[in-house]
Amino acid sequence: MLTLTSPIEIWAHRLPTGPKIAALAATTVLLFALKSPLTLVPAAALVAAIIASGGRRFALTSLQMLRPLLPFIVIVGIWHLFTDAPAEGATILIRMLAAVAAANFVTMTTRLSDMITTLQWLAAPLAPLGLKPRTLALAIALTVRFIPVMLHRMDAIRHAWRARSARRPGWRVLMPATLAALDDAENTADALRARGGTG
Amino acid sequence: MEKNLTHIALFAALIAVLGLVPKIDLVSGVPITAQSLGIMLCGTVLGARNGAAAVLLFLFLTLCGLPLLAGGRGGLGLLASPSIGYLIGFPVAAFVAGAITTHLRTNIGLAATIGAFLGGLVLLNVFGVLGMSVMLEKTLPEAALLAAPYMIGDSIKAVLAGLITQAVAKARPAALLSRA
Repeated sequence: MLTLTSPIEIWAHRLPTGPKIAALAATTVLLFALKSPLTLVPAAALVAAIIASGGRRFALTSLQMLRPLLPFIVIVGIWHLFTDAPAEGATILIRMLAAVAAANFVTMTTRLSDMITTLQWLAAPLAPLGLKPRTLALAIALTVRFIPVMLHRMDAIRHAWRARSARRPGWRVLMPATLAALDDAENTADALRARGGTG
Repeated sequence: MEKNLTHIALFAALIAVLGLVPKIDLVSGVPITAQSLGIMLCGTVLGARNGAAAVLLFLFLTLCGLPLLAGGRGGLGLLASPSIGYLIGFPVAAFVAGAITTHLRTNIGLAATIGAFLGGLVLLNVFGVLGMSVMLEKTLPEAALLAAPYMIGDSIKAVLAGLITQAVAKARPAALLSRA
């Protein structure tokens, strides 16, 4: 399965994950503390410069990752043009883009396994709620392994539907998919128990 | 123990898969993915605790950098995006949907529909609208206007969650942890 980590290795890939996340947290707090465009624009430019240091292809991927924000940009942009407060609108949008781009930069330059280790460490205070690290690691492995299995089966169910009906497979394929997920869970639980359980 | 763990892991995978499958066009023009249906099903099928745990596991993997959120989104950037309210609301929605399905002693399909509606639509949108209001610096009514188009799809999904939960109750009565 593809992760969001950039295959283009840049300098930031070599930085340790913990400090990177701490720097990101500080950057985000700072971006939200800056209220005037005069200070916000240089801060956003700095974020852009850091991303640009990864080279053209890296920067383009980073830009693509901002695409889901497009609807918000359009709506907020139009809104503030109509309410005659373009400066405020620009502040909101620049802050949002810079904060999301900075966070994406950390995601793009951190290997999935490192990120899991670090975030698991950050979530350690939640352990009393029943989140033992070993159990969590097993759950993560199971989920990651079963996503392609389920995608494949969803395709098989769709094909079976198309072979039997002229209509498009709609929500009805979701029922067998849910049942299959439950069956997988039962079978995997049996398999785990047979191998000594989760300890 | 093993059973709870595998159910949580497999339903986390189910949420991801429902966000990756092609869009199901129920109402033309309104973009609908089945992902929030997956959130609802976690609650109505697995119950409050396990359902919320499955959603948390899904969110954890998404934040770690797997592009599992509908539209191929993922990573830490989500925390700074206007959709953050919905992400915070996801586990709460599953928990409430599960609690209602368990404790409302009506027919399972009806209880699941009501649970999915109150948890996955009403409560989730309260969180979502609050998030957009804070992140985009808009008043609550303005932010609610942004969320409104999606609610049509969400109410259809609440009904589907009820139907699917009922089908599960019929086909695998023992596997329905929310009514175990």
